[in-house]
Amino acid sequence: MRDPGRLLALGCVVTLLTGTATACNRGSGEDVVGLITKTDTNPFFVQMRKGAQSAAEQQGVELQTFAGKQDGDNEAQVQAIENLMSFGAKGFLITPNDSKAIVPSIDKAHEVDMLVIALDTPVDPPNAADATFATDNYQAGKLIGQWARAKFEKDGKEARIAMLDLNANQVSVDVKRDQGFLDGFGIDIGDPNRIGDENDPRIAGHDVTDGAEEGGRTAMENLLQKDSSINLVYTINEPAAAGAHLALQAAGKDKDTVIVSIDGGCPGVDNVAKGIIGATSMQFPLKMAQLGVDAIAAYAKDGTRPQVTPGKDFYDTGTELITDDPQAGVEAKDSTWGKQNCWG
Amino acid sequence: MSSTTADFDVRKDDSLGLRIQHLLHSNPVLGPLAVLVVAIIAFSIVNGRFLTATNLSLVLQQVTVIATLALGQTLIILTAGIDLSAGAIAVFSSILMATFCVDAGMPGIVALLLGFACGTAMGAINGFLVTRMKLPPFIVTLGTLTIFFSLNSVVSNSETVRGTDMPGLMTWTGNSIPIGDFRLTYGSIIMLLLFGFFFYALGNTAWGKHVYATGDDSEAARLAGIQTNRVLFSVYTVAGLLYAIGGWILIGRLASASPNVGVEYNLDSITAVVLGGTSLFGGRGSVIGTLIGALIVGVFRNGLQLGGVEVVWQGFAIGLLVLVAVSLDQWIRKVRT
Repeated sequence: MRDPGRLLALGCVVTLLTGTATACNRGSGEDVVGLITKTDTNPFFVQMRKGAQSAAEQQGVELQTFAGKQDGDNEAQVQAIENLMSFGAKGFLITPNDSKAIVPSIDKAHEVDMLVIALDTPVDPPNAADATFATDNYQAGKLIGQWARAKFEKDGKEARIAMLDLNANQVSVDVKRDQGFLDGFGIDIGDPNRIGDENDPRIAGHDVTDGAEEGGRTAMENLLQKDSSINLVYTINEPAAAGAHLALQAAGKDKDTVIVSIDGGCPGVDNVAKGIIGATSMQFPLKMAQLGVDAIAAYAKDGTRPQVTPGKDFYDTGTELITDDPQAGVEAKDSTWGKQNCWG
Repeated sequence: MSSTTADFDVRKDDSLGLRIQHLLHSNPVLGPLAVLVVAIIAFSIVNGRFLTATNLSLVLQQVTVIATLALGQTLIILTAGIDLSAGAIAVFSSILMATFCVDAGMPGIVALLLGFACGTAMGAINGFLVTRMKLPPFIVTLGTLTIFFSLNSVVSNSETVRGTDMPGLMTWTGNSIPIGDFRLTYGSIIMLLLFGFFFYALGNTAWGKHVYATGDDSEAARLAGIQTNRVLFSVYTVAGLLYAIGGWILIGRLASASPNVGVEYNLDSITAVVLGGTSLFGGRGSVIGTLIGALIVGVFRNGLQLGGVEVVWQGFAIGLLVLVAVSLDQWIRKVRT
């Protein structure tokens, strides 16, 4: 027992050391640009890293990447900013885990003339960062809402809607997508900053999914038990949609229920092609990160500051409706285009 | 672990209180069972759909993975340890199984057994660090939780593996036998059989007695000739295997192997164990209690949703239940013998 165990422990230590060594090749003399993501596991952020890396190579800057341990991990992001300050970085891109709590650290970075760009998620207040490059999540929700409305009107069906949200914390991305969808569908949303204050009889219920398959399945199972007439399902993201589909399938309701989602990840686009997801709004994390790195490189070169999209308080990196069942009056691309442009 | 509270105040209802206390002390499953039964009655009054076979079979499906993990967690908590890496081992094992058959092209049965072996090995690593290195279980499993989740991301590339790309054996646990409207999945059957097996093993074998003795007072157990290190090592290792089986059941439930699920499984499994009346101080509790504990969580989640309770309050209710369960445990421990 003892020897194999010792060997194993030694193996672990060696692995850890080599891992650390490969992660620490620093100091190329180029301008340093930071990328701080929420986590390093989510394919969305993996794609961001790819985009940032390719832009960094093109611009001749050195990219340093950091990530929180899990969604909501503010501490790791604060440390990342401290590290970037000590490297003398020109600026960084950040997808904040805690939009409010990160602001004091951003203020410190501004004191040493760094350019700070929020990616994907704005900080709070938004103008604490120099710019925000993001998907318009409200618009992404609105597109699938409009698509679903057109489809249900064409089929002459009355909708019974299940809302599969992220979690109970009313975080901004969750609220914007949920409210955007309802708005696009033509439902009075009450307070646009609050999920669940609507009292439209077409809404069968809300549940939370944590944005993952298991949560999506359990939430859909429970909502179907609550109201078996559900025929339209909004999902916060495509993994939740995949889970919801399993629950509908098990209940024999997958054929006459429409699922809409948001993300544009490759597995999600595949599910659009298969007819599992009726329509999804694609976002462009690769482009988001590339544009962000370009902006910091430009700032390092001659002090140019990034601009916002006219009429919005952030730079909109675009969203595209993907469906193989296009509806009149709602612009969309098909799943073939989707597969060429998807992420993850 | 003696309590420092003052002696019982002798009150009029003392005899009844004491009797209940004694009853619960000798039958730790009664408390959780009462909670479950009351919850089921309450929810069926609130919503007529709650008590249908279809709905109850969904609740069972929803708790199957957590119950399997909580079974391993129970063994560890009985020895006064704790395992924070339960979810990480389950999810990582499921990713490894999927990788073995999809990327390495192994037959389903080989990939499955290898996955079980990997889960067992991860459990053995925990056991080794706890027994040989004499590190506290909380710290050990906190470390391995992080390591296994990191490796999980590396191996999977953070990408979900589709069930349709795997041999049928991988997703077989998600298939079900209809019993009227009740759909019993093979995953649930496996889980129930495992509970039956460990219920027997803990109550009727020397190993089971040693697990309880080690948890109750490890020094006394050692002096009585029990090789407590060997018992601890076996418990962590067996738990690792159970988590891997949980990972297999998870693939069936999701019809895919997803690296991004299970972040809270470690805490969920501990919740089930605590609600089931197993003491975090070791030496007292039962696997049947844990099964009931897992069902309590599932029943509350489903029942509150059917009752139209907002999601925020669902979490609140479960948290409150945990505190009640732990308080009850403390109260039972103060029993006068």
